Amino acid sequence: MLTFIGRRLLTGVALLAAITTFGFTLLYLGGGDIARKILGENADQQTVALKAQELGLDRPVLVQYGDWISHAVRGDLGTSWFSGQPVLDAISSRLSVTLSLVTGAIILIAVISVVLGVLAATKRGWVDRFAQLLAIVGHAIPGFLFAVGLVLVFALTLGWFDPTGYVPFLTSPTGWAKTVTLPVIALALGGIASVTQQVRGSVIDALRNDYVRTLRSRGIPARRVVLKHVLRNAAGPALAVLAVYFVGLLGGAVIVEQVFAIPGLGQVAVQATTQGDIPLVMGLLVATGILVIIFNLLVDLAQGWLNPKVRLS
Amino acid sequence: MNQPLLDIQNVTVEYPAKGFRAKPFRALSNVSLDVRAGECVGLVGESGSGKTTLGRAVLGLAPVTEGKVLFRGQDIAHAGRSERRELATDIQVVFQDPYTSLNPSRTVEQILAEPLTVRKVPRSESSKRIKALFEMVRLPADSGNRLPREFSGGQRQRIAIARALALKPELIVCDEPVSALDLSTQARVLELFKDIQEQTHVAYLFVSHDLEVVRHISHRVAVMYRGDIVEFGDGDQVTSAPRHPYTQRLFFAAPVADPEAQAQRREERHRLLAEQTA
Amino acid sequence: MSTPVHAPNPQLAVIPPEAAAKASLLRRVLRNPLALGSLLFLAVIIVSAVAAPLLAPHNPNTADISAVLSSPDSGHLLGTDGAGRDVLSRLLFGAQFSLAGALLALVTSIVIGVTGGLLAGYYGKWIDTASTWVISMLMALPAIIVLLAARAVVGPSLWASMLIFGVMLSPAFFRLVYASVSAVRNELYVDAARVSGLSDTRIIGIHILTVVRAPIVVQSAIVGGVALAVQSGLEFLGLGDINVPTWGQMLSDGFTNLYTAPLLIIWPALAIGLTLISLTLLANSLRDELERSNAPRRRRRKQPAEQPAVVGEEVMRHDDGGLAGEAVLRIENLSVGYETGDGGTKRVVHDVSLTVARGEVHGLVGESGSGKTQTAWSALRLLPEGGRITGGSIFFHGDDLAALNEKDMEKIRGSRIAYIPQEPMSNLDPSFTIGSQLVEPMRICLRMSKKEATTRALALLARVGIPNPERTFAAYPHQVSGGMAQRVLIAGAISCNPDLLIADEPTTALDVTVQAEVLDLLRDLQSEFRMAVILVTHNFGVVADLCDRVSVMRLGRIVETGPTRSIFAYPRHPYTRELLGAILGETSPRGPLATFDAGPSASPSRKGALR
Repeated sequence: MLTFIGRRLLTGVALLAAITTFGFTLLYLGGGDIARKILGENADQQTVALKAQELGLDRPVLVQYGDWISHAVRGDLGTSWFSGQPVLDAISSRLSVTLSLVTGAIILIAVISVVLGVLAATKRGWVDRFAQLLAIVGHAIPGFLFAVGLVLVFALTLGWFDPTGYVPFLTSPTGWAKTVTLPVIALALGGIASVTQQVRGSVIDALRNDYVRTLRSRGIPARRVVLKHVLRNAAGPALAVLAVYFVGLLGGAVIVEQVFAIPGLGQVAVQATTQGDIPLVMGLLVATGILVIIFNLLVDLAQGWLNPKVRLS
Repeated sequence: MNQPLLDIQNVTVEYPAKGFRAKPFRALSNVSLDVRAGECVGLVGESGSGKTTLGRAVLGLAPVTEGKVLFRGQDIAHAGRSERRELATDIQVVFQDPYTSLNPSRTVEQILAEPLTVRKVPRSESSKRIKALFEMVRLPADSGNRLPREFSGGQRQRIAIARALALKPELIVCDEPVSALDLSTQARVLELFKDIQEQTHVAYLFVSHDLEVVRHISHRVAVMYRGDIVEFGDGDQVTSAPRHPYTQRLFFAAPVADPEAQAQRREERHRLLAEQTA
Repeated sequence: MSTPVHAPNPQLAVIPPEAAAKASLLRRVLRNPLALGSLLFLAVIIVSAVAAPLLAPHNPNTADISAVLSSPDSGHLLGTDGAGRDVLSRLLFGAQFSLAGALLALVTSIVIGVTGGLLAGYYGKWIDTASTWVISMLMALPAIIVLLAARAVVGPSLWASMLIFGVMLSPAFFRLVYASVSAVRNELYVDAARVSGLSDTRIIGIHILTVVRAPIVVQSAIVGGVALAVQSGLEFLGLGDINVPTWGQMLSDGFTNLYTAPLLIIWPALAIGLTLISLTLLANSLRDELERSNAPRRRRRKQPAEQPAVVGEEVMRHDDGGLAGEAVLRIENLSVGYETGDGGTKRVVHDVSLTVARGEVHGLVGESGSGKTQTAWSALRLLPEGGRITGGSIFFHGDDLAALNEKDMEKIRGSRIAYIPQEPMSNLDPSFTIGSQLVEPMRICLRMSKKEATTRALALLARVGIPNPERTFAAYPHQVSGGMAQRVLIAGAISCNPDLLIADEPTTALDVTVQAEVLDLLRDLQSEFRMAVILVTHNFGVVADLCDRVSVMRLGRIVETGPTRSIFAYPRHPYTRELLGAILGETSPRGPLATFDAGPSASPSRKGALR
């Protein structure tokens, strides 16, 4: 089991290295005259050259990369070229906001998908048709469009929730709930659609397994067979879909934050990329990369727990 | 003229294991066997005995790590792609599962024409050949533009046999060709195999787990056990008076379709097991 | 022995061709109204996108400062936006650019994904390893973040971002193609093509591309939708090129003016939403059709075959001294049917009657599709989905099981009627230990404590001849052999002391030597517990070994029934005679090859014609 985790972590680190190398090369090679961008069109040639020297941009790309890496592994991601704020601070102050959205969405997806998917697979009938409809709608409507609709109906027309802004949980739990509910729903819709579909499909597949008949022939009630045996065997594929969806969730958060004017990583990302603030962009790549790797590791551990073949081989 | 058609000499097949530093899996160790022209050699064994692997090694579908596979005196164990393509006119195959050995989206005519087209046989000649094949395997003459799924298991196996015969090979490797079929179909397909052999003098390497099937079709029989041939000889002797302890166990384990004879065989089997463990 | 003399030979009658077999996928999809509607809508969108320069009344980028946010009138049919641009014109040109952008992403991802998938799937080895790595890296990157980062480099360009997004999307096609190719590569028909001398390119072209073609079409509809959605999202964030009108930009403009001109957001939202829904519906119906046409590819062993409504002929009953003991199970005129798609019922078992006494083994023998397994499952009331008992009764100690509710039936299963399946491996839940699967039913049926149940399970494992019960108890199903797994299933079946045991081909999946051991075990247990047994089999050797009585089934009916010895000695029904005649055991061996070297000298001339 330990070697299993170790190997997974190692793959994660390698993946992170690949992502940063790739990102660094692209950003620095394609970035053009960065110093001029920072100083503006009116700066004279000498100031620009000085700025470039100050940022170390006059060195070969490989040296710059080595420099960046050696700092990064020590937890120093540099400072923003525009605000002068350390990248780590800029990101970590916003991370908790985005994470609370994403975590909320994951929980919502998991709970609704399992309940709805199992009901759709076992009861069929109208529950199934509802799940199918939800799948089509959730798959077709992009999260931000749905978010706009939610704002129009629930915030502006009915006034149940706040249309924009973010209140930290510790400041006011009700305020937090009022600001977070709609974004979380908007973010989760697509995931609910695809994960429900997957749960339904894998439960139907698992129900067709021969051992279901054999277990029932031993006098185990059908309901218990579904909840204990079928669900456990169906969970693996559903988790895999959830893992893939997590990546999409991070991207979706960027846009949804924009709709609700929530000060999360999304805002930092939009700002940094419009300005061309490369240290900040690299920091964002690293942060999202680490999040994805951690989540995938959790999913792998869950898969190992669910499936003895994975665990024991 | 005493050279056998197929001469397998001390063949070992090893599959590289997945994973770092893992030991390769040895499916066959040091196996020798020969098939004469026009002869049927039965290869019998239980699952994991390596019988299918030996068939695949002859076809170039399994990696031969040691030994030789001589076909008309020429070693084909490590034949390259182009050499293999040439061999297609000499060595053919009929697989076990008639449901997966035919591409479901191609018509029977397309399936049968495939090997002929590769050989650049003219269209008119190839359709004449296909008609003759239908007759040979006793399929309706209008089967050509149907899809495999429109046929029953037995009929599909006839299509697979026709495909194998298309290039008039000298040897057909038959990998459990009747074990997926129902009892009565099985008997008819076996008769077909026999008739075709008598007509065309093609040789069979006939792989099966069923001692009775092998006994029915084979001139000579080889028994495989754990990647090794433990007994090889005249079909009648091996299947009715086996000498090797494993063949004896195999022989007495197969139930006879007669209550009294079976009761007797069961007792003999218990006696044999007691002797062998003693 | 010779081929049975029955003429005409039933195996040679060609099954009628399925009407749908060769109709094109598209034609079938068009019969679905939802799909047809989606396709029509998409066609309208595409036509208006292409003809935008002709249809649009204004230049989409010409801002009329004097007419900002004007309401619909004759000059501007849908009004103007926040910069005074004509909304209708922007909607039409927006279609052009939005769709073209999505198409670019789609084509990029197809080219990369399909080629990569084909190469990695067919050749494997290092190409496989390398591309799998690249793909998993691509999948670990949030697309929006990457697109934002790319924007920092190349600036706001619709085409550049869609090209990059196409690369990000390529795993969708790669994984699809890779999975199908690796599945097909191991199909026997690809092996057969290799043996027939086909080159790799020909095999890929004929056998592999045809398999992945249709799924690629389905995936394209999905991926195209994703590309459009993400593109709109980016433009919505205000990150697009202002000189290229897209729906996403219009959405962004509408959102800014949400309070003053709420109508503005409706048009692009409708355009995006309806296009995406159409694509999804189209993909769904394509996929459904595809699944339907691929379903009968592989014959499922247990799939009941349609039985023609043969007029019920008299069952041939062999006379005997009557039952040896009290009747445990009495099936009377049982019929089983399956719902068909069009609301009808397909009958697979007709009018079957049989009685099993205590301590007696009753064999149900027949070929595939004879209804023997369906009859056995009916007695357990565990028919697969869609199947039900359509007539008759199943009396078990006097209670009619056919009329019992599910709750009462659950009390009978396991504790009074038990079941041994055919395939040992697929009948154990792979996620739980063997021990827990033995303990669970005993705790329910026998109300034992966990400790008692464990002790009993270990004793049972020892009883069925498992050498190390403790180890097997703690093992997972994939860690034991097929023969061991079958013993475990037998232990499970007898764990709650049933009166009736239903064994469905219990030795068919086993090797001959293991089969003999399992038959010995079944015989011992049967006499030890004095159970009544229904033994479903196609093997007359197994019947001869174990059964006291036998019923021969054909096409859902029992044709002949009686004591085993009598049936073997004096078969009366022609079908029974045909089956017994097809057994090879009684035939003489073929003997050595008569003419030793007839082959080689004859072969050159024989083969000359084809070379």
